[in-house]
Amino acid sequence: MLDFLNTFISGISLGSIYAIIALGYTMVYGIAKMLNFAHGDVIMVGGYLVYTGMISWGFNPLLAILFAMVGCTILGILTERIAYKPLRGATSNLAVLITAIGMSYFLQNISLQIFTANPKSFTSVVKWEGISLADGQLKIQGVTIITILTGAVILLALQLFINKTKAGQAMLAVSEDKGAATLMGIDVNKTISLTFAIGSGLAAIAGALLCSAYPVLTPYTGAMPGIKAFVAAVLGGIGSIPGAMIGGLLLGVAESLSKRFISTQLADAIVFTILIIVLLVRPTGLMGRKLQEKV
Amino acid sequence: MKKRLAALAMTAVMSVGALAGCGTEGTPATTGGEGGSSATLKIGGIGPTTGPAAIYGSDVRDAISIAVDEINAAGGINGMQIEYKFEDDEHNAEKSVNAYNSLKDWGMQMLIGSVTSGPCIAVSEKSKEDNMFQLTPSGTAVQCVQYDNAFRVCFSDPNQGAASAQYIADGALKDKAIGIIYDSSTEYSTGIHDSFVSKAGELGLTIVSDQSFTADSATDFTAQLQSVQGAGADLLFLPIYYTEASLILQQSDTMGYKPIYFGVDGMDGILEVENFDTSLAEGVYLLTPFSATAEDELTKNFVTKFQEKTGHVPNQFGADAYDAVYIIKKVAEEQGITADMSISDMCDKMKAGMATVTIDNVLTSPTTITWTADGEPNKDPRAVIIQNGVYVLAE
Amino acid sequence: MGKLKKTTKQELITCGIVVLFYIVITILDKTGNLKSHTKGLLVPICYYATAAVSLNLVVGFLGDLSLGHAGFMCVGAFSSALFSVAMKESTMPAGLRFFIALLIGTAVAALFGFLIGIPVLRLNGDYLAIVTLAFGEIIKNILAAIYLGKDEAGVHISLKSFPLQGEGKMLINGAMGIQGVPTDSKFLIAMLVLLITLLVIYHMVNSRTGRAIMSIRDNRIAAESIGIDITKYKMLAFTVSAAIAGTVGVLFAHNTSTLTAASTYFGYNVSIMILVYVVLGGIGSIRGSVIAAALLYALPEMLRGLGNLSNYRMLIYSVILIAVMLWNWAPAARAWRERVFKSKNKQKQES
Repeated sequence: MLDFLNTFISGISLGSIYAIIALGYTMVYGIAKMLNFAHGDVIMVGGYLVYTGMISWGFNPLLAILFAMVGCTILGILTERIAYKPLRGATSNLAVLITAIGMSYFLQNISLQIFTANPKSFTSVVKWEGISLADGQLKIQGVTIITILTGAVILLALQLFINKTKAGQAMLAVSEDKGAATLMGIDVNKTISLTFAIGSGLAAIAGALLCSAYPVLTPYTGAMPGIKAFVAAVLGGIGSIPGAMIGGLLLGVAESLSKRFISTQLADAIVFTILIIVLLVRPTGLMGRKLQEKV
Repeated sequence: MKKRLAALAMTAVMSVGALAGCGTEGTPATTGGEGGSSATLKIGGIGPTTGPAAIYGSDVRDAISIAVDEINAAGGINGMQIEYKFEDDEHNAEKSVNAYNSLKDWGMQMLIGSVTSGPCIAVSEKSKEDNMFQLTPSGTAVQCVQYDNAFRVCFSDPNQGAASAQYIADGALKDKAIGIIYDSSTEYSTGIHDSFVSKAGELGLTIVSDQSFTADSATDFTAQLQSVQGAGADLLFLPIYYTEASLILQQSDTMGYKPIYFGVDGMDGILEVENFDTSLAEGVYLLTPFSATAEDELTKNFVTKFQEKTGHVPNQFGADAYDAVYIIKKVAEEQGITADMSISDMCDKMKAGMATVTIDNVLTSPTTITWTADGEPNKDPRAVIIQNGVYVLAE
Repeated sequence: MGKLKKTTKQELITCGIVVLFYIVITILDKTGNLKSHTKGLLVPICYYATAAVSLNLVVGFLGDLSLGHAGFMCVGAFSSALFSVAMKESTMPAGLRFFIALLIGTAVAALFGFLIGIPVLRLNGDYLAIVTLAFGEIIKNILAAIYLGKDEAGVHISLKSFPLQGEGKMLINGAMGIQGVPTDSKFLIAMLVLLITLLVIYHMVNSRTGRAIMSIRDNRIAAESIGIDITKYKMLAFTVSAAIAGTVGVLFAHNTSTLTAASTYFGYNVSIMILVYVVLGGIGSIRGSVIAAALLYALPEMLRGLGNLSNYRMLIYSVILIAVMLWNWAPAARAWRERVFKSKNKQKQES
């Protein structure tokens, strides 16, 4: 039982990281209706920025994260302007998917040139050890608790922002119907830029937490967690913000449990099988809205 | 449709531009070779300098160029200056063969590479056809040197796995319960793992838990560590590279699990991970051919130059590559290799030379290296323990 | 050409380009003007072009985004390589062996395509994309974990490595995959596979079947209402596409001697790379797929020649990719091209 609980907790740790990455994914998808394959790489850049701030320049962790958030927000706005915005209104929405992939290659390779392939060991931004239960036999790491709390705060903040502010309502309108939103006097381009800015700012936080939990940083650090978080977002119902949180946690727990109790080699296969089964039963994910067919 | 073709034409123009660039670069080089008096020996290198394995290829690329510069400054090989070109293979066999072909067009006469096993095997198929001398610094899989034109500087996988088991059985670690975590998605790790397990069986060692991970899930190791810990392992064998090992060390530390760690040459480099807390690696055993903290002149010279060039401390990849150039130099001098020989003649002489040569004064062996006819080096691995952040020879 | 149907003309032009390419290359080769580097690129160019054409059937004509194409390549590659390695020592002539290998790889991939298609095609849009990605990853993951060996005691299959008794051979050695695959993929064969694929796809697309498939893409409900069997045509397109991907896998496996189920060869990123060829070449344009695959595969290779700049070749590649995508797809760029090329193209403009 203790064994199971310990594995469950490590699953939650992993899942909380997926969840926080998935939040950014799902938000961009929900509003701009595009799969931003470069999101994982923005997270990697966020990690490097925090590293540079904290280790090279000696900032305090919070200041370093703030610096990375500013950096990533600018990066997010720039990539959106250069690579995604010109394709709005293109005849196929696959076009923007491909430039996102190009952007992902670009970010990886530019980081390779700037930061070199030499791995960097990250110093956790969370200094707290965490808590021990059952006479120290169960341990929950500080970074896990902080990640979950951060995730929850972001989730609430996003919900409030979307439901209570004018800009948030504009986002909702754009996500429902771009054309109608334009008619209502909403500046669609500005709204989508804002979405990218927020999504990328969140990526910096996710990068800091990812690297704190799993402290190795290379130009390819973001790719795999990025795709896993994408899977988590789909599992939860892509576009749904609470869904991303739940999907992420579920994916992490499933991955850890199958590694521990079934097979380490087939863990990924098992996780993907779960995804397939969930989607076959609920074709729009756990929390996704049912697709309406327009005749 | 027309528009699309116009756009494709744009790509075509760019490609052709690149082709033309290639042509202008290739031409003077080939005529230079025929010049005779100022003859150059063309050595090519292949390895990943982009993609997740980029660190290994970049180190090899830089280490070779250090050795080449040294040799050229000291008058070259038999009076020939070395011309050196390195191509990226993205750790992909198909791209590695492309890189090989591209180097052949450039006029390569000998090959140092490929850096990683899978691509190295694929390239050896081609180099065999051309009878081109191939010396891989770090291709550890058995098949990397399956043809007689291919040799390696590093240990082979079975060699390392068996040597590790032997070392454990011979010493104070004999009675430990052994746990293993290995990377089942790479040839390197699986190869060492398999030979370790079979040798450990012969020697009567107890393996209580055998766990793996894949490249796609190489961030979280807590589940594997919990399994190993749960099985009561007090020695953890890690036949993996230092990037993952540094994560495992950190994660088991937060779990409060403190086994004795035992690594192989892939562990070398862990102390040099930027900003890594070396106290975590305290007491780690590893079998490695190279120690960057060794006090001899050769190592000091290499480490200083490498640091100047790249900004970080070299590990065994760089050391193997640096040695490879000097091995070629020694054999080529003994065999009287000249730049006007055909590639195949050169290879035959080098093959004969490798079988008889004894190399001393290298970075990656405490004593000497010789080769068997099937391309395997004979050298002693050294077991080291990390103490106070440096390698100390064990026993 | 006036009497020919427009579609037939399109088909002839595309096949003509391919044949012309083959003739030019052969002449260059025979006259010794072909670099080894270029020669080495020919087979991969052919099979990636084939892969792009087959994926275009699903993405362009059926209108479903599939991200699992590399998974079908993977089963095709492994099944055929297994056959070739097992038959290597027999007396079977190499040509016949490779022909059977091609059939096996295609058939096995078709079977997988059919089986996977049943659940997958119930989904739509991005959900379908992610499930195909998942299937591709599962296939790769399982094949990378399998050990298959034959010895005196018979055939063994396991998820852990095991010792062989007496005389025996490991056929699939876990992550180390299959060793010693005969390198039977030759330019001529790869070219023929590409040509046959083009013929098959063109005929399929321009037939009644093709029109049914495209009607599903354009308006599923309307198609259904006029009595088109949606499931049947979706399955058909998906299975044919998977089968051809299997053929691509066979060519891939027999191009280099070792075959491993690693992410670099069969991961989702490879599926995405093929998707890039399709989208760049023009969704639904078969000729575009072929040309885009050839150029885009060759581009990073050609960048090797840039001297010192070649350290940045993957960076340059990504920039060119983004630039070409924008040039090709951005409404603004299209409008600009419209204005600039309008006068020249007025007469030649296609509808």
